[in-house]
Amino acid sequence: MRSILPVLSVIAAIVALWYLAAVPMNIHQAVTDAARAGQTVHPPEAAARRDLGGWRLALENPGAVAGVFSQARPRLPAPHQVLTELWRTTAGKKITSKRSLVFHGWITLSATLLGFAIGTAMGILLAVGIVYSRAMDMSVMPWAIASQTIPILAIAPMIIVVLNSVGLQGLLPKAIISAYLSFFPVVVGMVKGLRAPEAMQLDLLRTYSASKSEMFWKLRLPASMPYLFASLKVGIAASLVGAIVGELPTGAVRGLGARLLAGSYYGQTIQIWSALLAAAVLAAVLVSIVGLIERATLRRMGLNR
Amino acid sequence: MTGVYAAVVLWALAWMLNVRLANGDRRETRAMRLLVPAIFGLTLVLVWELVVRGLQVPLVILPSPSRILTRFAAEMPVLWADFVQTFVKGALSGFFIGTAAALSVAILVDRSEFLRRGLLPVGNFIAALPIIGTAPILVMWFGFDWQSKAAVVVVMVFFPILVNTVAGLTEASAMQRDLMKTWGASYWQGLFKLRLPAAMPFIFNGLKIATTLALIGAIVAEFFGSPIVGMGFRISTSVGQLALDMVWAEILVAALAGSAFYGLVAFIEKGVTFWHPSQRG
Repeated sequence: MRSILPVLSVIAAIVALWYLAAVPMNIHQAVTDAARAGQTVHPPEAAARRDLGGWRLALENPGAVAGVFSQARPRLPAPHQVLTELWRTTAGKKITSKRSLVFHGWITLSATLLGFAIGTAMGILLAVGIVYSRAMDMSVMPWAIASQTIPILAIAPMIIVVLNSVGLQGLLPKAIISAYLSFFPVVVGMVKGLRAPEAMQLDLLRTYSASKSEMFWKLRLPASMPYLFASLKVGIAASLVGAIVGELPTGAVRGLGARLLAGSYYGQTIQIWSALLAAAVLAAVLVSIVGLIERATLRRMGLNR
Repeated sequence: MTGVYAAVVLWALAWMLNVRLANGDRRETRAMRLLVPAIFGLTLVLVWELVVRGLQVPLVILPSPSRILTRFAAEMPVLWADFVQTFVKGALSGFFIGTAAALSVAILVDRSEFLRRGLLPVGNFIAALPIIGTAPILVMWFGFDWQSKAAVVVVMVFFPILVNTVAGLTEASAMQRDLMKTWGASYWQGLFKLRLPAAMPFIFNGLKIATTLALIGAIVAEFFGSPIVGMGFRISTSVGQLALDMVWAEILVAALAGSAFYGLVAFIEKGVTFWHPSQRG
């Protein structure tokens, strides 16, 4: 709790830097707008203004600086513009409207959650197989680790198009990308976790003449929980990225990724930033939900302090 | 259908071989540790080939490995140009700029306990966000060429490296730091001779995470606009032309580049952190 003040001041510094950066980024447009409105601006020729740096131009035309925070299509929107847009598109619209970020967020969230559930289930199953079969361990594990170094996300457009051509559309193709991205962190973490019990603990259960399945349910599975939750946090963030990137090649129809792409097509920077912020909030909420479940579970198991 | 039957038989035989090898007496030797996964990988590729031929899967769904390799060999110059554009110009330059920036900020932050306590949670938080979403903005700011890709990579690799370095710089124990002080070491001497070397395992952990992120960032940023060369450009246009063998050839390039880059960083790590328990094995 004693780090609240430092965290708040770092966030305040980031916001201040953001406002400051908006001045040189947007000043050219602001001065042009002022010139069109009939005000006198310092270098009167547009070509001369283009050659000036952002800060120089701002110093020459202090009157136009106020305009950098209120443009319709700024190069860098100010934080309050993004927040206003975010408020307008979440609370100000019906959630069934295609302009509502809640609607787009839900599309992305449902793909994320479905993919995360599939990826986690498959990952845990494979990890159990790896721990109990030496052949599987030696064959599959090196590939599972090596596959982490491959930019899997690059396949996303292909998966979408191929599944489209066999008739699968909508939620499932995106969920498959999400599942794929959350799969490997779960496998690697879960294998580590299922192997976490020490020889002493395994021996103790053997002296109780525990069967293989009792050994699994009463020792290995509980012991793997801290590792599992650590990978679930990585996995759910990766799932969200997968769902967002999976929306890019579908032609920008629905979802947060589609908002990003449509915004970049039409130069709607405020829309891009608000979609980005919505994705960030979504990621933060998802990770902290997993974190809360982790804390509750570990506390009930007596593992947490 | 004979292809499919052959695939099933091949799979069963290879799996039995692997089970025997993995449970045999020489399972702990280095050769076995390489041989078993190699057999598994090779079987997977052969089964893929046999199933695709046996069922005559159309090219637009899944090309066979042999077609991908033929395409790979035939399109070498194009693939090389894409590789240079995306990996060397985009990913590598972004990786170096991002690493330099993260290390400098980490050393600046390190001088103040207040900043460190504030920056670590914020950095950890940002590292978990979908930063790839900044790609359209950065493409808008820096243009379609490799500069915007490098910028995306800088933003993506910055926070993992920063967080790991800041955490690593606290790794040297109080006793070791006191020892440096008794020798009259200045702040910079203490940093370069004790705390930075002690932080190396953490820094390399961040760098290894960043290698994958760099390639992902450079490729995905090309989906938002690129010149007519580059791995991401080639993937998205080839998907549009349904030339899936070309897409897979490009993925092969990405996989090779990603593994080689990771391997190189891991190799350097081995040389730099030879003293660490995890490397002494």
